[in-house]
Amino acid sequence: MSELVIKNLNVSIGDRPILKDFSLTIPKGEVHALMGPNGTGKSTLAKALSGHEDYEITSGEVLLDGENIVGMEADGISRSGLFMAFQYPSEIPGVTIANFIRAALTARLEEGQNFSAPAYYKELYQHMDELKIDRSFTSRAVNEGFSGGEKKRCEILQMAMLKPKYAVMDETDSGLDIDALRIVAEGVNRMRGPDLGVLVITHYQRLLDYIVPDKVHVMWDGRIVKTGGPELARELESRGYDWVKEELAEPVA
Amino acid sequence: MTTTIESTESETLRIGDAAVFEQRQQQFGMAGDWFAALQIENWKRYLELPRPTRVSEKWRFANIRFLDELENFCVAPLRAVDEPSLLERSERLSKVSGRLTFVDDNLAAPRTMSPELESKGVIFATLVDALARYPDLVKKHFMKHSPDLGSDKYEALHVALLRNGVFVYVPKGVVVEDPFIVNYWNQADDVAIFPHTTVVCEDDAKVTVLEFQESLNPDAAGLVIANAHMIAGDRAQPTHDIVQNWNRKTLSFQLNTNTVGAETNARGLIINLGSRQARQEVHGRILGSNSNVEMYSLNVPRGEQEFDQRTLQTHVAPKSRSDLLYKNALSDDTRTIFSGLIIVEPDAQQTDAYQKNNNLMLSESAEANSLPGLEIGANDVKCSHGATSGRIDESELFYFLARGIPKHKAQELMVFGFF
Ligand SMILES: Nc1ncnc2c1ncn2[C@@H]1O[C@H](COP(=O)(O)OP(=O)(O)OP(=O)(O)O)[C@@H](O)[C@H]1O
Ligand SMILES: [Mg+2]
Repeated sequence: MSELVIKNLNVSIGDRPILKDFSLTIPKGEVHALMGPNGTGKSTLAKALSGHEDYEITSGEVLLDGENIVGMEADGISRSGLFMAFQYPSEIPGVTIANFIRAALTARLEEGQNFSAPAYYKELYQHMDELKIDRSFTSRAVNEGFSGGEKKRCEILQMAMLKPKYAVMDETDSGLDIDALRIVAEGVNRMRGPDLGVLVITHYQRLLDYIVPDKVHVMWDGRIVKTGGPELARELESRGYDWVKEELAEPVA
Repeated sequence: MTTTIESTESETLRIGDAAVFEQRQQQFGMAGDWFAALQIENWKRYLELPRPTRVSEKWRFANIRFLDELENFCVAPLRAVDEPSLLERSERLSKVSGRLTFVDDNLAAPRTMSPELESKGVIFATLVDALARYPDLVKKHFMKHSPDLGSDKYEALHVALLRNGVFVYVPKGVVVEDPFIVNYWNQADDVAIFPHTTVVCEDDAKVTVLEFQESLNPDAAGLVIANAHMIAGDRAQPTHDIVQNWNRKTLSFQLNTNTVGAETNARGLIINLGSRQARQEVHGRILGSNSNVEMYSLNVPRGEQEFDQRTLQTHVAPKSRSDLLYKNALSDDTRTIFSGLIIVEPDAQQTDAYQKNNNLMLSESAEANSLPGLEIGANDVKCSHGATSGRIDESELFYFLARGIPKHKAQELMVFGFF
């Protein structure tokens, strides 16, 4: 039961179906990569899983350690342990990173539990140092005026602080320079372990050189059409997506 | 310096009763013929002045129906206050220069005040005591300025029926570091009160007055017609902050003036949380050069509250600066009105005047009205005015939710962020 199971998920935006009977299982402890051409629905999957209202789940199930999260509010889904590193994180003027993450942690406290500010800052600074985020960022408004790379590092910082059971990282590598890519990948690798399952959405082999996936899935027109090991990503890198398309088009009978 | 309080048996009348003023005068005739004459004159003025109508420019956008209710309120009876929880609730801040606490216009506890300041000639007294002990000083400063923003009729009613309040006087060169605390409470149902605070800060003096307005009973419908006047000399540094938190059944007026001399640094802040409907007028008048006057207001209306705020910044003398910032975070079905005018008189060259009204809309059905204005008679001035209105961005809200932060907490953080 320690797995994230996505079963026959159908998702529409307005009247338009985007995900079509999408199925995928990520056991805890594994890292899976999801690749696929622009517009196939990767970000739609991420948004729908996180409970965004614009992405309507018309049928299907998402079981997080056995609990169906379809229909739950976004904040409840997050608190049950699913983390989303967004492709385009929002800017929140007026709310500092320190207060934002603090509010997220406070929302997870059980009745009678207390929040310890000194312990919080100690941990926050430790992760910031590891991710090479300047400590002065704690008092900056969330993502406001951040460079693309700073935003992505800030997503990983939040992930490190919130300690989810499962994480979906939507193109966390885009916008990162070579050094930042390594720093972010190392951050993810530190979190890797038996208690975390990760889905990495990416277009590039480069990230997967650092975060070596257990499985690679190829997505096409709203569903997974091919699954393999790390070598599949390398094959895509050299051959592009056309051969997948051709394979698909081959008559089965 | 405490006032003895005895209960009176006579029937309490409503503002609309013809006999109310005379009964009031007999019961509470305050010291000084001039004061009695002023009250008589203002009662006449109240009766004569027409009730504002929907077409009055100074009441534009306001929901004026509540004005029909005012005459139904009774004047607050004289009574002893016995409210054990009250003093504890009024004990805000530990380092203060003095405290005065009223319930329904009755002094609720003996005044406290720093003896050291008293020896320096600082006055922090009830209006009743001040009229008896310092009649000339009170006469010199009492009701010498008016906001002139549309509520003249209710200002007249305030003067006619008031029977208590606070008089603060800081002599030349005296610096009062810790704040004076004034607590005005209302309690009884159907009762009108008339809180009055006059703060005189002479040349080179400094003082801070914090005024808290609250209700002991959350369900008692009240009427409050409050006035606050700040008079500052040259190089003075007065601050008067008001936290308006009457219950949601109370109708309130706050009619203020800040009048300053040269090289003064003055600040007036009003935080509005309570009242069913609140009407506020603030007139900042700068009579001297090189002064800096700050007029701030933070407003968090909820439910069906309406906050109607009118302001004037009048620059009479050159080279002074005024800065007005009114911020509203509107939820639910609330309404706000901000109407502000900067007047720069012909002699007031090199004026710097700013006026800003920012609204954060937390609900689709909330309504913020903004009427900024300028009237400039001088040619060498720097003035700016403007209003902004922003909604909470849905994608921002989603980002909070996606991190497990519930919607109400997200809104709270965004409101804090806005302020
Ligand atoms: N909020 C939205 N409103 C309307 N259409 C949308 C919305 N979000 C996504 N779409 C559409 O859904 C389809 C899938 O988009 P999605 O963002 O999921 O693709 P993607 O696989 O993440 O692509 P990329 O690799 O470019 O990030 C696209 O055609 C896109 O235009
Ligand atoms: Mg995408």
